[in-house]
Amino acid sequence: MSANLIAMLAEATWQTLYMVAVATVIGALCGLPVGTFLACSRKGELLSAPLVNKVLGIVVNATRSVPFIILVVAIIPFTRMVAGTSIGTTAAIVPLTIAAIPFIARLIENAIREVDSGLIEAARAMGATPLQIIAKVLIPEALPGITLGLTLAVVSLIGYSAMVGAVGGEGLGDLGIRYGYQRFMPDVMAMVVVILIVMVQLAQSIGEWIARKVDKRAPRNRGA
Amino acid sequence: MQRDSTTGAAIAFEGVGKSFTSKGRTVTALEGVDLAVAPGAITGIIGRSGAGKSTLLRMVNGLERPSAGRVTVGGRDVGTARGATLREIRRDVGMIFQHFNLLSSRTVLGNVALPLEIAGVPAAETARRAKDLVERVGLETLADRYPAELSGGQKQRVGIARALATGPKVLLSDEATSALDPETTQTVLRLLADINRDLGLTILMITHEMAVLRDIASHVAVIEGGRIVEEGATYDIFTRPAHPTTRSFLAGVTGVTLPQFIAARMQLDPPAGPSREVIRITFLGANATDPLLAEMSAALGLEVNILAGAIEEIGAQPFGNLLISVAAERGPEARHYLDTRGQRTEVLGYVG
Ligand SMILES: Nc1ncnc2c1ncn2[C@@H]1O[C@H](COP(=O)(O)OP(=O)(O)OP(=O)(O)O)[C@@H](O)[C@H]1O
Ligand SMILES: [Mg+2]
Repeated sequence: MSANLIAMLAEATWQTLYMVAVATVIGALCGLPVGTFLACSRKGELLSAPLVNKVLGIVVNATRSVPFIILVVAIIPFTRMVAGTSIGTTAAIVPLTIAAIPFIARLIENAIREVDSGLIEAARAMGATPLQIIAKVLIPEALPGITLGLTLAVVSLIGYSAMVGAVGGEGLGDLGIRYGYQRFMPDVMAMVVVILIVMVQLAQSIGEWIARKVDKRAPRNRGA
Repeated sequence: MQRDSTTGAAIAFEGVGKSFTSKGRTVTALEGVDLAVAPGAITGIIGRSGAGKSTLLRMVNGLERPSAGRVTVGGRDVGTARGATLREIRRDVGMIFQHFNLLSSRTVLGNVALPLEIAGVPAAETARRAKDLVERVGLETLADRYPAELSGGQKQRVGIARALATGPKVLLSDEATSALDPETTQTVLRLLADINRDLGLTILMITHEMAVLRDIASHVAVIEGGRIVEEGATYDIFTRPAHPTTRSFLAGVTGVTLPQFIAARMQLDPPAGPSREVIRITFLGANATDPLLAEMSAALGLEVNILAGAIEEIGAQPFGNLLISVAAERGPEARHYLDTRGQRTEVLGYVG
C-alpha cells in the first residue's frame, strides 16, 4: 500500500474520531438534562409534569424515527446556520449531534429509571430537594448504566459517521465509498473496514472498563 | 423539638384517615386513627400485611399525606407542610427501611454523610460527624467499604447511622429487621434500644413480629384494617390482650401451647360425662404460683394437673403462663380461688 494511501487512511481515521468525539460530547451535555427530565417528569415522579413529558417524548421519538441519511439532508439549512457551511467534516458534526441528543437522552432516561425507587424515598425522607435527589442520588447511582449507554452511542455514531459523505463530510466511511467502492480499490475498502472494527472494539472495551470501575454493586457476583 | 402542647406527645395522630384512588378505585388504608406517641419511648405498631402500618408511619415524615385528620411531630403539622418547611421537619425525623435503601455508589462513610450534605453542613463538619456516627454503630473498620461488601446487619447499621446524621428527635423504622436473621435482628434491636436510651430518641417502629416488640418496645399499637384496635403499654398488651387480632399475634410468641395429645381432644363445651376443664393462668410480676397451686389443691381438696408452663420477660418484667386442668365441675370454684388471689384465668376448653 502506498504511503499516500496510508496518509489518507490516517487522516480519515482522525476525521472520524473528531466527528464522533464532538458529537458525543455535545450530545451527552444536551442529552443528560433531557434524559434526566424525561425520567423524572412522568406522572407521580420527582418533577411530575406529565404533559411536558409527553410532548418532549414525542419530539424525541420524532427525531429518532427519521433515518439518519434523511436527517442529514433535511437539516442542511440549519447546519449552514450553525457551522457557517453545509459541507465538510465540521458541518457533518451538526446532524451527528442532532441525532445523538435524543438517542443519548433515551439511554440516560432508561439508566435513571433503573435506579431503585427506595433510594428516592430515602432521600426524600432526608429532606432533599428534587434537584439534590437528581444530583446526589439518581445520576451517581445510574452512572454504570449511563456509561454503557454512552458507549452504545459512540458505537452508533461511528456507524452514522460513515453516511456523512453525502454532504461532503469526510472520514473513514467517505473514504471507503469513494476509493473502495467507486474507484474499486478493495484494499482500501478492507483497510477501512478493519479500522472501523478496531475502533468499535476499542470504544466498547473502554466503555465497559469504565462502567465496571464506577459500578460498586455486588462485585462478588460480577467476577471482578 | 418541642412537644405537642395539648397531648405532650412526640408524634400525634388525630382522626387520621387515608384513602388512595388508583384507576377509579378507592382504597381506604386508614380510618379514624388517634394515637399519641410518647416522647423518648419505643412504640411499636403491629398488624397484618395491608393493615396500613407503612401508610401510618410514612405520614410522620410527610411521605404520605393524610386525607383526613392531622399528624403532628413535635407540635408541627406535617400534613400541611410544604417545601422548605417540610424538608425542615424531615431533618428532625430519621427513617430506616427494610431493604436499607443505601446508595450503592457511596461508601459507608459517604452514605452516612449524605443527609448532612443535603442539609448543607460544611464539608469538614460533615466528615467529622459521619466518622463519629460510623463509630457509634461499630463500623469504623468498614468505613471505606461499599454496601455490596456488607452483610445485612452491617447495612442496617449504616442505615441507622445515616438516619441519625442530622440529629433527629424521632426515628421511624419500617420493618427494619424483617430481612435479617434472628441473631442479627437481636444485635440491631439492641443498637436501637441503646440509641433510644443514650439520645432520648423517640422511636416508632413497624413490625409483624410480636417478639420484636416484647424485646424493646414500651408501647404497642395493634392495627387492623386501617384502624387501631388496641394500644397501650407492652406489658399490658401482652398480659391482657383484649382484641382477637392481638391474641392471634401473641399465640405464637407468648407462653405455651398445649401438648398435642390434649389439644387434639379439646372441645369448647363440656362433654357429657366426666371431663376436665383446661385453664390458662397468666401470672404477673414475680408471683410464685407453685405454692399457690399447692395451697389451692389443699384448701379446695382439688386435684390439679399441670400441662405446660413458661416464664418470660417483657421489658424487665417477668410474666408467666401456666396451663392446668381440673375436674370440670370444680372449674368455677378453682378459677374464683385464683382470681381472688390476683391471677388471671381463662378457660381454653374441655377434655372428656
Ligand atoms: N400508593 C398506594 N396506592 C394505592 N394503594 C395503596 C398505596 N399504598 C398503600 N396502599 C394500600 O393501602 C393499604 C395499606 O398499605 P400499607 O402499605 O400501609 O400496609 P402495611 O400494613 O404496611 O402492609 P405490609 O405489612 O405488607 O407492609 C393496602 O391495602 C395497600 O394496598
Ligand atoms: Mg408496610
